[in-house]
Amino acid sequence: MTSLLSTEKTGSQVEESHPPGGFYRWITSVDHKVIGKNYMYTALTFMFIAGAMALLIRTQLFNPNGHVVGQQTYNELFTIHGSMMLYLFAGPFAFGGFANYIVPLQIGAPDMAFPRLNNLSYWLFLTGGSTMLLGFFTASGAAAFGWVAYAPLSSNPYSPGPGPDLWIVSIALVGFSGIFTGVNLVTTIFYLRAPGLTMFRMPLFTWSMLVTGILILVAFPVLTAALVMLYADRHFGAHFFSVQGGGVPVMWQNLFWFFGHPEVYILALPFFGIISEVVPVFARKPIFGYRGMVFATLAIAGLSTGVWAHHMFTTGTVLLPFFSALSLLIAVPTGIKVFTWIATIWGGQIRFGVPMLFAMGFIPAFVMGGITGVMLASPPIDFYTHDTYFVVAHFHQVLIATTIFAGFAGIYYWYPKITGRMLSERIGRWNFWITYLGFWVTFMPQYLLGLRGMPRRIAVYSATDGFTFLNRVSTVGAYVMAIGMALFLVNVVRSWRRPVAAEDNPWDGATLEWATSSPPPTHNFHSLPPIRSARPVWDANHPEHSDAAPVIAGGDESAH
Amino acid sequence: MRTESRIYLGVGSFFLLILIVYFLWSKESTGSVLLLASAGLGILPGLYMGWWSRRMRPRLEDVEVVEPLDISGVVGTFPENTIFPFTLGIGAWLTGLAFVFGVWFAVIGMGFVLGAAVAATVESKRASLAEPANRPAPGGDGRLRDR
Ligand code: HEM
Ligand SMILES: [Cu+2]
Repeated sequence: MTSLLSTEKTGSQVEESHPPGGFYRWITSVDHKVIGKNYMYTALTFMFIAGAMALLIRTQLFNPNGHVVGQQTYNELFTIHGSMMLYLFAGPFAFGGFANYIVPLQIGAPDMAFPRLNNLSYWLFLTGGSTMLLGFFTASGAAAFGWVAYAPLSSNPYSPGPGPDLWIVSIALVGFSGIFTGVNLVTTIFYLRAPGLTMFRMPLFTWSMLVTGILILVAFPVLTAALVMLYADRHFGAHFFSVQGGGVPVMWQNLFWFFGHPEVYILALPFFGIISEVVPVFARKPIFGYRGMVFATLAIAGLSTGVWAHHMFTTGTVLLPFFSALSLLIAVPTGIKVFTWIATIWGGQIRFGVPMLFAMGFIPAFVMGGITGVMLASPPIDFYTHDTYFVVAHFHQVLIATTIFAGFAGIYYWYPKITGRMLSERIGRWNFWITYLGFWVTFMPQYLLGLRGMPRRIAVYSATDGFTFLNRVSTVGAYVMAIGMALFLVNVVRSWRRPVAAEDNPWDGATLEWATSSPPPTHNFHSLPPIRSARPVWDANHPEHSDAAPVIAGGDESAH
Repeated sequence: MRTESRIYLGVGSFFLLILIVYFLWSKESTGSVLLLASAGLGILPGLYMGWWSRRMRPRLEDVEVVEPLDISGVVGTFPENTIFPFTLGIGAWLTGLAFVFGVWFAVIGMGFVLGAAVAATVESKRASLAEPANRPAPGGDGRLRDR
């Protein structure tokens, strides 16, 4: 039994009095903090593996007619690179890692609502994720049809062998894992908030994760269903997606993107949430327009289900004005968010800690990617640029801005809470600036390449195409980014070797996770401060600058 | 609970709106069915929570001003360690691999899944019996007390 205010144990809890040790403890723990850390380590490992593949891809494209890898291998590489980054890193890192660890702390809960289910989610993620890599060890290789697995390319005649099936099983398992996490997040946020923590006092990161959870529940089941249909087509002679049997190949695209576009916001919203935590703390101001942020988040969620076919403009089968208009609309709440962050920074007493560097770097990077997204949402431009490097540059800029820059803002921000150790500010700065430089050098040339007509997903181009120089610049940029990312590992290793102890609240944070120790004890809190506003820890530490209803020790006069 | 219900209803109604416009305009079936399902996914739990929010006292997490007295006491029971989610996960994984490598994987996998399901049920029943609040009354008939 766990009580919030007292730590006394009731003797009756057999498991609690004899905690197992070592490896067994690790696989049996249902503590959201242990599971959250497992998710982070695993997702980051997948990220570094997929990053290595990206370097191979870029090396291949350094020279015209590159021959670092063969054509088939190239297709496998970009497929597994994209699939790992999107399914195994970006999403699980956010809603399995950060959300799992931080959300219960931010709402003053002892754990997630379904701790055992949470543990199961992790095992499905780990086994499912590793299954995708198994494809490389089969004779016919891994899946090679892109992360979107368009039919009919993904059907049996064109993609035979176990590699594609392993991919399908992998995504299905990871999808179930995601659905379970979604259920867990929504339930936890609805039912386990601390007394006084009303919905409109929740930290914005928690809000983002609530909406992400709802989006997961809308989107992931569609993907799972589509995968079942694809498998049935491949092995049971169904003809959902094959013309010969009376099926409709474009239906795959409809199903996939009905999942796929909400998915890109499932990947983005948690990281928006991180920025909304870091920016006010480092600007030493409350967020500008809390409610506006909440409604923008909800509006993005609503709209994101109505725009899927902007990925399918060139199929000629979709309602162009409808999807174009809704896609343009989604830029409005996104823009509100960006202006809110800027307005929060404006006039603040800014401290340029490493989390803030990453957060401020995120803003222009995301805006650049977002603006080109708006351009792509207009069919005349998309007809010209679809399936070119222009699109590649667009989605890499939004995705790296969110998952890497905002993600690292989150890592540097919460690392002291999670480990009880500080990361080095000096290495952190180098980590940021080198990665950031590499990012722009890698992706700006790709917009130009796209406009000049370089198609995506090609293993070779010819020396007469005029693509050579820009590709070389891009490849150099990719290596620079890799060096920057390696510095993060250096920083982590350093904090293991020469630990610098972190205080409980090193950044003067305002939300409940900073009210407990670093790292927090099992079941998180020995006691909670009174919650009278969206910034309970700030109210407790700076009563003179607080706008919360006052608390009178021993009884609350204001309540009468 | 009222805010929770409104979130679901809001998102669900928005999907409904998109559905109506989309269906009337495009007559395309795949997207319409998906939008209908999404609208239901929002509106059903929204109505359910809204129904309850009118019939219960506001929960402590929904009131603006709580007394210090309200925040003391037991929050709930949380398990600490259990092996069965791991077993279940391995079972599900093996069952998944059956779709690639053959049915015999599913035989082993389902063994794990069923074993874990039974064992997890037994385990959580034991754990809840160990809770003081659920302990059978001395001299009682050994069944769980009503709460
Ligand atoms: C500002 C709002 C945004 C708009 C209007 C927008 C619009 C678009 C459009 C029209 C395409 C299709 C281009 C084509 O294939 O011809 C696209 C592709 C893509 N976008 Fe965005 N986008 C936005 C934000 C985002 C965000 C926030 C993310 C993720 C964090 C994202 C990730 C992607 C991805 C992954 C693709 C490529 C999918 C593929 O074909 O492999 N976008 N975007
Ligand atoms: Cu999209």
